[in-house]
Amino acid sequence: MKRFTQLFQELDETNRTNEKVTALENYFREVSVPTAAWALYFLCGRKVPRVVTSTNLRHWISEESGFPAWLVEECYEAVGDLAETAALLLPENESSIALPLDEFVQARLLPLTTLPDMAKKSLLLQTWRELNSKERLVWNKLITGSFRVGVAQTLVVRALAKVAGIEPAVMAHRLAGKWEPTAADFQRLMNPSENEVEVARPYPFYLASPLEGTAEALGDIAEWQCEWKWDGIRAQLIRRQGEALVWSRGDEMVTEMFPEVADIGQVLPDGTVLDGEILAWQAEKPQPFAALQRRLGRKTAGEKLRKEFPVVFLAYDVLECDGADWRSRPLAERRERLEKIVAEAMDFKPVEKPVEKKLITPDLFLLAPSTIRPELPLRLSEVLSPQSWSELGALQKESRERAVEGIMLKRRDSVYGVGRQRGNWWKWKIDPLVMDAVLIGAQRGHGRRASLYTDYTFGVWQADQLVPVAKAYSGLTDEEIAVVDDFVRKNTVEKFGPIRSVKPELVFELAFEAVQESTRHKAGIAVRFPRINRWRHDKKIADADTLETVRALIKGGTVASDGGEP
Amino acid sequence: MLLENTERGLYCAAGDFYIDPWRAVDFAVITHAHSDHARAGSKNYLCARPGRDVLQERLGPEAKIETLAYGDTVMRNGVKISLHPAGHILGSAQVRVEHLGEVWVVSGDYKTEAERTCAAFEPIKCHTFITECTFGLPIYRWRPQAEIFAEVNAWWRENQKDGRTSVVFAYSLGKAQRVLSGLEPGLGPIFVHGAVAKFLPLYAQAGVVLPETVRAEAESIKTAGGRGLVIAPGSTDGSPWLRKFGERSTAFASGWMNIRGARRRRALDRGFVLSDHADWNGLLGSIRATGAERVWATHGYTATLVKWLRENGCEAEALTTQYEGEMAEETTASTE
Repeated sequence: MKRFTQLFQELDETNRTNEKVTALENYFREVSVPTAAWALYFLCGRKVPRVVTSTNLRHWISEESGFPAWLVEECYEAVGDLAETAALLLPENESSIALPLDEFVQARLLPLTTLPDMAKKSLLLQTWRELNSKERLVWNKLITGSFRVGVAQTLVVRALAKVAGIEPAVMAHRLAGKWEPTAADFQRLMNPSENEVEVARPYPFYLASPLEGTAEALGDIAEWQCEWKWDGIRAQLIRRQGEALVWSRGDEMVTEMFPEVADIGQVLPDGTVLDGEILAWQAEKPQPFAALQRRLGRKTAGEKLRKEFPVVFLAYDVLECDGADWRSRPLAERRERLEKIVAEAMDFKPVEKPVEKKLITPDLFLLAPSTIRPELPLRLSEVLSPQSWSELGALQKESRERAVEGIMLKRRDSVYGVGRQRGNWWKWKIDPLVMDAVLIGAQRGHGRRASLYTDYTFGVWQADQLVPVAKAYSGLTDEEIAVVDDFVRKNTVEKFGPIRSVKPELVFELAFEAVQESTRHKAGIAVRFPRINRWRHDKKIADADTLETVRALIKGGTVASDGGEP
Repeated sequence: MLLENTERGLYCAAGDFYIDPWRAVDFAVITHAHSDHARAGSKNYLCARPGRDVLQERLGPEAKIETLAYGDTVMRNGVKISLHPAGHILGSAQVRVEHLGEVWVVSGDYKTEAERTCAAFEPIKCHTFITECTFGLPIYRWRPQAEIFAEVNAWWRENQKDGRTSVVFAYSLGKAQRVLSGLEPGLGPIFVHGAVAKFLPLYAQAGVVLPETVRAEAESIKTAGGRGLVIAPGSTDGSPWLRKFGERSTAFASGWMNIRGARRRRALDRGFVLSDHADWNGLLGSIRATGAERVWATHGYTATLVKWLRENGCEAEALTTQYEGEMAEETTASTE
């Protein structure tokens, strides 16, 4: 625990990526394999689930520190992190637990998941009493599952790859796959041989950069493949060795969240990996992102939810075909193959339930024939064929009505790269909608922004009242945040728990992607992805928009789609 | 009420004077020279003797300033005024006001740990105590300054090994000099920003001995390279001026650094928890030591402190003022 706490501090005390990587490397070289396995587990942001409820933890912090619950809450609000709040509130202590991380986890952390509340409490309190304040912070982060130390996954990958002596890309692949914090899995991750085949491993996504300047500057339009830019979640559908898996761009396995997408894998040839977008989809049309949101964040999707919010996988690339990596082939060739794969999959008809023909059942059949749905939720991302850039520009302007975010431009001869490499893939997004709204409420931020008022509520006019229409926090510089924070403190009208209502005075231009009817919001509308565009120092609150004008944008209206000026 | 909260600031009607007014008045008693407490424009000022020069520097040469030695008394319209060390910065004072046997004390900003750059805080018995509460939450509990200075010096050494200039951001009046007082001068050259430098002669005149420094200017900066330590206001973070020091490691010295988020938000390498304000225990201990029957809490976590005091049997009230405490000292005001 001592060495792990030291690592935590080394990572915490520098902003230089090289120093962080060195600290990680040293750590992984020094500690035993079982310890390294657990350290990696936590560094990757994974957690031991259901250790302690936040309610219990708050009670116990209050009890052990001697401060009443309301005061613990006030402190939490100022700190923005319960683990850190607890470490700051508990009485001083100098002792330490001399166990290596893996033994510490076995002795102190894992038992918490199964112990009854009373025993859990006494183990937790005992551990607090035996640790010094620095170790307590780490311990608290382990029990609250909030172990983030400002170290990006890519740095962990770089350090481990160096220690193992393999390519970072291979390490990234391995870490994206399935592994548990065991010595065996860790040794497998660190295996210097790079030729293994892993079933679950997704490829790193290739990302487009925002188009700067005009599309015309890209040259001959015939060299570009143009597609809609869909507003869903990016995903890879993997079909290998009889298994089908779905990965999201956040390196999260979403197979269970979207079982109907995984089922598509059942009709794909073995050794296929497709890149595409999961979209809420009904009547052959994309649905608002809000519909997809109902499916996100849930571990599994039951029949009812799947029916109510159906999704499709919109394929736009093939990364692996017949078990071979196709990423270095030109896009035109990949696209041709993709079309063939999708057409064959759509054509695939499950044979009548085999009763006597069992002997000749193909492999595919052995899987789960009954789960293949008659309507396969697989679609091909349409390739647009404009004759000129101006024709494409006209299509781009239809984006909002078509419920897409704009146009994707991919060079026909481009390989499938890694990450955001500029030059071959561009996203040409439509301008966001905008409104001028008044700051009417504020709340303290969390984490990096704890103790400053950074989360704002904005209102627009309905008759002579400002009704809240959006919450936003991004978009201001640190200097602007400091000034707004100062304003909030000096102009608080009322406090409702952590939220302050403030004197309406400051006007901001908010950008957002769409407006929808909503019964859950007071104003009757919900705006998608609102953020602060700029501070309108030049505007008075009377100049802010009305609910009516914002509402008018619901049907993809054109009132402000070109930047807000009528 | 001996003192009342008016729109110009705390006012003593019996004595016809204000304490730290935020508008121009005839007679202003000043607790200390930070800009949220000492504002220009009043006709007459009264402050503690060791604080005279820094106050004059802040208010300009025109300001008419009378002084009082710590513990001495002056009468105004039958009201007895005396000033007592607050331990916040050079010349900082608590204001004791007595009239017809009733005693009030206004703390101004204060800290309870004694240090080298100013006279140590003394609790004063009173009936009513008006206390600041910038750090009025129990998450704020300071470690002894010796430990913090050891951390600063160790970090400086480490940076020298890596050939980096060490940069400590600190409020230019008070905190900067306190940081200076804790540095090991033998380690290497110490550079100060102009905003810090202008107060150093005033500290020397007041008898505060601080390590030798070099004013950081175009020529002298070249000699800092990798070994030196720079003390500068936080507003210089990311400025072209700072970039001249080459490869560097940055730190902030402030009580706010007790919270990781506050440091990470500024993308600093280190945060040294060094405050010139009382921490939670310092506030409660001081309040107890005054023996006050009534406490008014101002600037900071007022609502929290008031609620805590009430739950613990003390008559307490929140007072709305325009004092800003350490937050303002280190964000908006540090640009001067």
